[in-house]
Amino acid sequence: MSAADAPVVVVDASLAPERREARRYLALLLPAVLVLLALFVYPLLGIADRSVYKPRVGYTLDYYAQIWRVPVYLTVIWRTFQTSALVTLLCLALGYPLAYLLATLRPRVARLLMIVVILPFFTSIIVRTYAWMVLLGSHGVVNQYLTWLGLTVAPLPLLYNKGGVLIGMTYVLLPYMVLTVYSVMRGIEPAFIRAAHSLGASRWQAFRKVFLPLSLPGIAGGTLLVFILSLGFFITPALMGGPSDVMIAMLIEREVEFTLNWSFASALAVILLALTLIGFVGYNRIVRLERIFEARG
Amino acid sequence: MRDVSVTIDRGSFFTLLGPSGSGKTTTLMMVAGFAYPTQGEVFVDGKPVGGLPPQKRELGMVFQSYAVFPHLTVFDNIAFPLQIRRARRAEIRQRVGEALELVRLQGYDRRLPRQLSGGEQQRVALARALVFRPRVLLMDEPLGALDKKLRAHMQLELKHIQRHLHVTVIYVTHDQEEALTMSDRVAVMQRGRIEQVGTPAELYEAPATRFVADFLGESNFVDGVVVGAPTAGRWLVRAAGGLEFRGVGAVPLQAGQPVTAAVRPEKLVPVDDAAGASRVGAVNTCKGTVEEAIYVGDATRYRVALGADGAMTVKVPNRLGLRQHAEGESVALAWAPDETRIFPRGDA
Repeated sequence: MSAADAPVVVVDASLAPERREARRYLALLLPAVLVLLALFVYPLLGIADRSVYKPRVGYTLDYYAQIWRVPVYLTVIWRTFQTSALVTLLCLALGYPLAYLLATLRPRVARLLMIVVILPFFTSIIVRTYAWMVLLGSHGVVNQYLTWLGLTVAPLPLLYNKGGVLIGMTYVLLPYMVLTVYSVMRGIEPAFIRAAHSLGASRWQAFRKVFLPLSLPGIAGGTLLVFILSLGFFITPALMGGPSDVMIAMLIEREVEFTLNWSFASALAVILLALTLIGFVGYNRIVRLERIFEARG
Repeated sequence: MRDVSVTIDRGSFFTLLGPSGSGKTTTLMMVAGFAYPTQGEVFVDGKPVGGLPPQKRELGMVFQSYAVFPHLTVFDNIAFPLQIRRARRAEIRQRVGEALELVRLQGYDRRLPRQLSGGEQQRVALARALVFRPRVLLMDEPLGALDKKLRAHMQLELKHIQRHLHVTVIYVTHDQEEALTMSDRVAVMQRGRIEQVGTPAELYEAPATRFVADFLGESNFVDGVVVGAPTAGRWLVRAAGGLEFRGVGAVPLQAGQPVTAAVRPEKLVPVDDAAGASRVGAVNTCKGTVEEAIYVGDATRYRVALGADGAMTVKVPNRLGLRQHAEGESVALAWAPDETRIFPRGDA
């Protein structure tokens, strides 16, 4: 074969470039991984260690036994789950229609509404919680209006009770629900709804039989996200709740700040973490399901 | 959108053909009820439906994206319109079975759309749009996403199903070949207007405007001026470079009017001399040089330079007895006046 006959184009489909690519991604990930290991995983292991170590006694499960024995702790854990579930339902009831509006309105109006939804993220949660306390207090704006309108004689107890906690937490967590549901709704092709109409479905039937089932991954994702965030909530229930609205995060804070029983606080923290992780595994499963759904639908 | 008035025969296959942005999909959406005309009315079976929402029009529709519901099985997708109409369970099962058979998807009823190929999803969409026996079936570029081979196959199958069921079809496409293959009648649209309505043969052989001659198939265009009065309905045109030929006016013409003439590449016949021209029954002739010869399988395409009159594309079938012409060779071209269409110029 002479030089003139040598092939001009050679296609070599080796895997080498892809492997180099993978290595580069790993290099980019490394700093974040190191920071997380040093500042998150290591202290976490420390907390886990502390929760099973009693000074002058050695390793023991006493703290966990104590949580199990003393009814107050189980009550608080149960209440934490109950409150979180209620907040999640409220967020869904308020957030789903709002997300639907966002996904179906004209883009210009929708963008404006979206800014309103995201705006609270720009202010501190403490400021916002205090703002609610001003609104809901017995001499607050809401009660003054209600009395002025003659709807109530005495101011309604809206603060320092379960209602206050629910209002405050729902308000803080609503955007998470809206954004999660909205992102799934945005992925629903308008052609599906048109197809339903062309096949004879009324507006309600098209929503009930096509839109709602297709938005289910969003509902599942949003509720789990809000639920998990609710489990560890501290500031809002601490400021807006009463003595009988104590949640597990507040219990932990009390052990650290006042009783200085860090080991017991650690045990409580580990339980909260374990329960949250269980929730997260479920969340992850649904998110993965959703991805399959969107990629192939 | 303006002047889109057309009557479609029951049981016929009607196509709206045009480039993107010509208004063909908008027209279809107005029929379907997803868009509303500012003026005018849509009639189905002689009754106005303009005031009805899409779900009350009883028109089946197949979307470009298929729009097969991803959360429902093939069976439930096809059963959807029947369930909406509260059909009885036994009837649903029977009619869905028939529809599956019609699109040759028997045994697929338990599958989910994501387990189907594009062509199979297309069939589900078709079965779903037909199962409730709509008055008209509307299709918006339904084969656009399929590969070429599957597309040709689906074209024939669609046509077969349409004939079998005797259903009226309004079909939207930008693919002229598809339109010619499948349709009984075609409306060519451009800039929100219908340019011409006719059978595929009418559109191809006797385009009404320069746009139709250009968009449908291929044409050689020659600019010139009308010379004198017509003889036997054939006008004489003199091109800027001096070439003279006769042709049929798409509209009534006047002497001295600037015009554009169109001839299809396969209507031009390379001949040896004037005697050869009269032998093929053609009166128009010109002389040129083969600039380029490209073998395309079933035919050879020549680009013939005519000097001052520009160049012509000629398509000659590769058949025994027809001589191949080499690049650089002198050649004479002959064609018939009846196959020459003349349009007033400025009529784009």
